[in-house]
Amino acid sequence: MISPEIIAKHGITPDEYERIREILGRDPNFTELGVFSVMWSEHCSYKNSKLELKKFPTTGPRVLVKAGEENAGVIDIGDGWAMAFKMESHNHPSAVEPFQGAATGVGGIIRDIFTMGARPVFSMNSLRFGDIRGDSSEARTNRRLFEGVVAGISHYGNCIGIPTIGGEVYFDDSYAGNPLVNVFCLGVLRHDQIARGGAVGIGNPVFYVGAETGRDGLAGAAFASRELTEESKEDRPAVQVGDPFREKLLLEACLELLASGCVAGIQDMGAAGLTCSTCETASRGGTGVEIDVNLVPKRETGMTPYEILLSESQERMLVIVNKGEEDKVRAIFEKWDLPYAEVGVVNDDGMMRVREGDSVAVEIPARKLADDAPLYAREAAEKKSPDPLDLSAIPEADPIATLKTLLAHPSIASKRWVWRQYDHMVRLGATVLPGSDAAVFVVREANKILAASTDCNAIYCRQDPREGAKIAVAEAARNIACTGAIPLALTDNLNFGNPHKPENFLQLREAVEGLAEACRKFDTPVTGGNVSLYNESPAGAIDPTPTVGMVGIVEDPKHVTTQFFKEAGDAIILIGNPGDELGASHYLLAVHGLKAGPPPKLDYDAELAVQEAVRFLIREGLVQSAHDCAEGGLAVALAESCMSGEVILGANVELTPDSSRADVVLFNESQSRIVISVAPDNAGSVLAALESRGVPARRIGSVLAEPCLEIAATGKSFAWSLEDLRQTWGFTIGELMGS
Amino acid sequence: MKFAVLRFPGSNCDQDCVHALNAIPGASADYVWHKDTSLAGFDAVVVPGGFSYGDYLRCGAIARFSPIMKSVRDFAAAGAPVIGICNGFQILCESGLLPGALVRNRGLHFICAHVGLRVEQHDSLFTNAAWTGQILNIPIAHGEGCYFADAQTLAQLNINGQILLRYCDVQGRTSDAANPNGSCENIAGLRNKAGNVFGLMPHPERACDPALGSTDGLAIFESLLNKV
Repeated sequence: MISPEIIAKHGITPDEYERIREILGRDPNFTELGVFSVMWSEHCSYKNSKLELKKFPTTGPRVLVKAGEENAGVIDIGDGWAMAFKMESHNHPSAVEPFQGAATGVGGIIRDIFTMGARPVFSMNSLRFGDIRGDSSEARTNRRLFEGVVAGISHYGNCIGIPTIGGEVYFDDSYAGNPLVNVFCLGVLRHDQIARGGAVGIGNPVFYVGAETGRDGLAGAAFASRELTEESKEDRPAVQVGDPFREKLLLEACLELLASGCVAGIQDMGAAGLTCSTCETASRGGTGVEIDVNLVPKRETGMTPYEILLSESQERMLVIVNKGEEDKVRAIFEKWDLPYAEVGVVNDDGMMRVREGDSVAVEIPARKLADDAPLYAREAAEKKSPDPLDLSAIPEADPIATLKTLLAHPSIASKRWVWRQYDHMVRLGATVLPGSDAAVFVVREANKILAASTDCNAIYCRQDPREGAKIAVAEAARNIACTGAIPLALTDNLNFGNPHKPENFLQLREAVEGLAEACRKFDTPVTGGNVSLYNESPAGAIDPTPTVGMVGIVEDPKHVTTQFFKEAGDAIILIGNPGDELGASHYLLAVHGLKAGPPPKLDYDAELAVQEAVRFLIREGLVQSAHDCAEGGLAVALAESCMSGEVILGANVELTPDSSRADVVLFNESQSRIVISVAPDNAGSVLAALESRGVPARRIGSVLAEPCLEIAATGKSFAWSLEDLRQTWGFTIGELMGS
Repeated sequence: MKFAVLRFPGSNCDQDCVHALNAIPGASADYVWHKDTSLAGFDAVVVPGGFSYGDYLRCGAIARFSPIMKSVRDFAAAGAPVIGICNGFQILCESGLLPGALVRNRGLHFICAHVGLRVEQHDSLFTNAAWTGQILNIPIAHGEGCYFADAQTLAQLNINGQILLRYCDVQGRTSDAANPNGSCENIAGLRNKAGNVFGLMPHPERACDPALGSTDGLAIFESLLNKV
């Protein structure tokens, strides 16, 4: 029967097995064990992280559907319109099969959004890979993963016709062998269109619609909840294969179906497939659901109930239909040429019951399965602060070469090679094209302009997860402020190592507490997200990477602002203090090969004042460009403002800083700094306005017509040809990738 | 002037085309489902971009068998205007309404970018609102937009003045560097011999609103309004 080996192979601990026996009042059969193993995996149950996730603020006047209630949170954006958005990881599938792993990640997050009744309007992504430079076999592998992931996202997103408008890509050794693929999707809907995932209405029929079930992706959720090993390649059958064409049909059919008023509840089949969707809808509805696997459309013969229930075949939905409306529903599925079947019924006994014809294959109390997974408070290592940075041990590098090195670092270099492969213009919304601080998108159906940014500096998080997480939120809000928008809410994707290791669990706890605190300060509730643990390769755990995806709203099209300089002669103003913190900087990493020192400190009051001031100036119509200082500090920010627009402009800048070292002045990553340019006639009034708000600011120079960046600092003067810099910055990634 | 915007399973620029056309004074647009068979009441047809039938088999190869395509062939045979954009261009080539074929981009990647297009011929139903030699800034977004035709067909296209748009740089040079996908002779758009069927890879509907960086796409639609 069920041997201890089989139990262990399902990732079920002896204690958990006892709990299952208690719930059932008997031993589970093999299929039931499989069902518990996927539902109680970290991916589905958050059993190792849930106690931490409760620390997030999830409420607010704009929150219409809270995190965790449904597939995605829903936020009011005014005039009866709302947005649903979420970020989710597909790290492990992408590690073993990058193209399909990434593609199905996109498919999954899009389904989460239209399951809410929202029309998906744009996507973004946050990607991390090992170093792609050099000829080592590891670098070649990293390039293959990068190429495959980008191609997979491009394939799925372009085909389904949802623009991929922004995101971030970082390259660091800690992700070698365990890339991160975090995908974000946002949809819009009217308040009265919010769809629920509850199996309500006793006697209502349960429909299956979408792709036929196959043996692909068997127990993928359980696979995602293990460490990657040398043998993970053997788990390739746990990776699903995506069909964006099917999903496009499913998307249109579901939106038409929801508009028809025939639907009592709807749930996508993502992780844990048919298992998760049946027990979760029953649990949410406070009902039971009974299905017959013989009725499920299948693309292979001889599938067992175990395989059917644990399959993660893509592009499938479970729909609970109001009794009597079955014919209308069938007509819509037939119009869109989708396979469908009536597979079961909602009943009142609270059980998830799966039949195979006349025999019962699974009978489990739905609520206990869906919501009563064990919760673990894992042991956290003792917290220790990062060692202070000993600047005297860091030789001062030549600023001229350093700026080139930084701009050529794949993490900072232009991501044009990436976003050219994404259709970012479909749906007629990309009013700010990729490559500026945040993406800005005109949502035509709602007549709203949204700004969105994904952020996380994992070096900061490695050195100090709490501070790094706070900065991730602050930087996202700052990027959004630079476009002229007000932040509304965020989604997070917590990527960490194995939580059983105390040092990893400490990172998770610290990061969650940092995110939670910052979300309260910036008044951006968490609408949901995803936890991805066990991100380890044989070389060790990844740097902790709590990625945030923040969304804001631009109230007037006139406020939309970009990061690049607009006109020669404009005054360049630095808002915020020049700063002097080099700890955890990209300068230390790229030039000295160090991840060392504490990350910059975040002062909430200073940060909020800077962001509020920039928004105020933008609304007054005084700002030509606004760009925040991030990786690589002020020098990189200035170079990007000069050369990220259509035409290159130059800049002449003089800095009167707090340090005698040019590397500190140019490349420090102190927070709460934004570089703006304003018409020369307005410089005085802008500085006066900033002073009256108590925000430190100074004019540091002017925009030049000549393509030359000149910076005077510490009594020396440095100059770069921007044509050279643009060549380096603009084409590094394309050249590394051989195109 | 009433435009029919076709919807195949997998079309994804249909909504954009309807939106852009309805914003143009004198134009209106409505969807026509691929299983329909009538174009009665419409003055022009737009075959929009997307991935009809998932681009399975070959781009546009399955869509040509949809019921509506018989009506489109009759509509075109009667001399009424038909525009195919991106996947729509591929469908028109597969349907035999336009010569040649669209194959995988040189470089193999999907490319989404603004490109320069030189108007080769203003004396046409689709470009009369522009002037010969004018450079239009209109985005492309495709993986299989490399136009291919044999030498004889290319010669005929040139002789007949059927090539309406070529990829060019900011100076209007149709250089190899300005050719994003490797198309024969930098061809971005062409019409049939009769002059009423036009296919182009760039997306004029994405260049009809200043908020999106260019309004040069209006020239294409306004040309039709001038003539019909």
